[in-house]
Amino acid sequence: MSGKPKLTYFNGRGRMESIRWLLAAAGVEFEEDFLETREQYLKLIQDGHLLFDQVPLVEIDGMKMVQTKAILSYIAGKHNLYGKGLKERAFIDTYVEGTTDLMQMILTLPFSPPEAKKKNLPLIIEKAKNRYFPAYEKALKQHGQGFLVGNQLSWADVHLLEAILMVEEKEPTVLSEFPLLQGFKTRISNMPTIKKFLQPGSQRKPQPDDKYVATVMKILKEG
Amino acid sequence: MSGKVKLHYFNGRGRMETIRWLLAGAGVEFEEYFFETREELIKLQQSGVLLFQQVPLVEIDGMKMVQTRAILNYIAAKHNLYGKDLKERVLIDMYVEATMDLNDLIMRHPMQPPEGREKNLALIVDKATNRYFPAYEKVLKDHGQDYLVGNQFSRADVQVLETILMMEEMKPDILAKFPLLQGFKARISNIPTIKKFLQPGSQRKSKIEEKMVPQVMKIFYG
Repeated sequence: MSGKPKLTYFNGRGRMESIRWLLAAAGVEFEEDFLETREQYLKLIQDGHLLFDQVPLVEIDGMKMVQTKAILSYIAGKHNLYGKGLKERAFIDTYVEGTTDLMQMILTLPFSPPEAKKKNLPLIIEKAKNRYFPAYEKALKQHGQGFLVGNQLSWADVHLLEAILMVEEKEPTVLSEFPLLQGFKTRISNMPTIKKFLQPGSQRKPQPDDKYVATVMKILKEG
Repeated sequence: MSGKVKLHYFNGRGRMETIRWLLAGAGVEFEEYFFETREELIKLQQSGVLLFQQVPLVEIDGMKMVQTRAILNYIAAKHNLYGKDLKERVLIDMYVEATMDLNDLIMRHPMQPPEGREKNLALIVDKATNRYFPAYEKVLKDHGQDYLVGNQFSRADVQVLETILMMEEMKPDILAKFPLLQGFKARISNIPTIKKFLQPGSQRKSKIEEKMVPQVMKIFYG
């Protein structure tokens, strides 16, 4: 039966967070099932719910979807956040891949050994400032519009805002040399659905802590 | 102006190979520019043409596209290899995302230090045999059709075939327990555009030779 999409994941950001952001931006209410034990995870596998034995899992429109990109593309396509036509979609895809790479670096940081963590954080900030943010600043400058693609809100804008806020948590001044991104951040944050998601009490998850990392490692029995 | 599609990469598989497969599968001719030194890559980065300073770079339809997935998505949609609606597209996406995960492991394997290589190979074989291939075998079994999605040829078929062949290079009997995938492999390999790509002399690249790995790493990482 239809009804609200149901998200199955750990009680934290990880790979599911971008999906939460996009559903929220699209104004779609969703339910969450949190994985807390390895037994729950193994049962999901045994019951055949996870195509590749992995989460995120999103049950939506009668389908059990896995693979973060597949899920995000579906939501974007369904809710008119994927541009109008192949070329706009190509731009959105390109921008989203960049923010995915950037957020991926931050996502994996808590799972790396302490020495690596110390070394990698400055590298991530450097990449944000020298590789990724300049590209988005330039995109906004070139067309002078309020949104990254096609003069309307798309997945690319939501994803970029998520990435900006994530990097700012690590380095609050990171946007200091990017005036257009500062304006972008304010503008997108003020869109009603996104503003709501940014309020306390929403389904947005906090930064990972040691307890979260331990839970994930225990459930996946990795590392 | 349109004109031929142009690929910029080093003369090897890497992240560009899936793009070569998809173009070939779609019957699209393409030209290739290979860089052989770090200096050439740096020159490309300095020219401002690489949005995130990275390759692959594909010049197509007046765009200078970067980011492998964006490029693959564009080619697939343009050439009717992306299903006929959102639901078919999401199935295709699920299947190809998994092939890209496995391809990534395969691509990084030669970069492992010698001591870790045997263990890494076992890990990759385990994932292919116990996670990925059973899923595709079941998909084919459940609908009994020739193609993975929507009873027609799509990028999912191309990308799964690519991954199967790369896994067979690592372990020749990898499909031993998957009779439907064996049939799938034979069938998709015989599609005219794919068959052509599988012949010697095509633009398909060979598996990287171990002795070439340091050179390639130097190009990308200095």
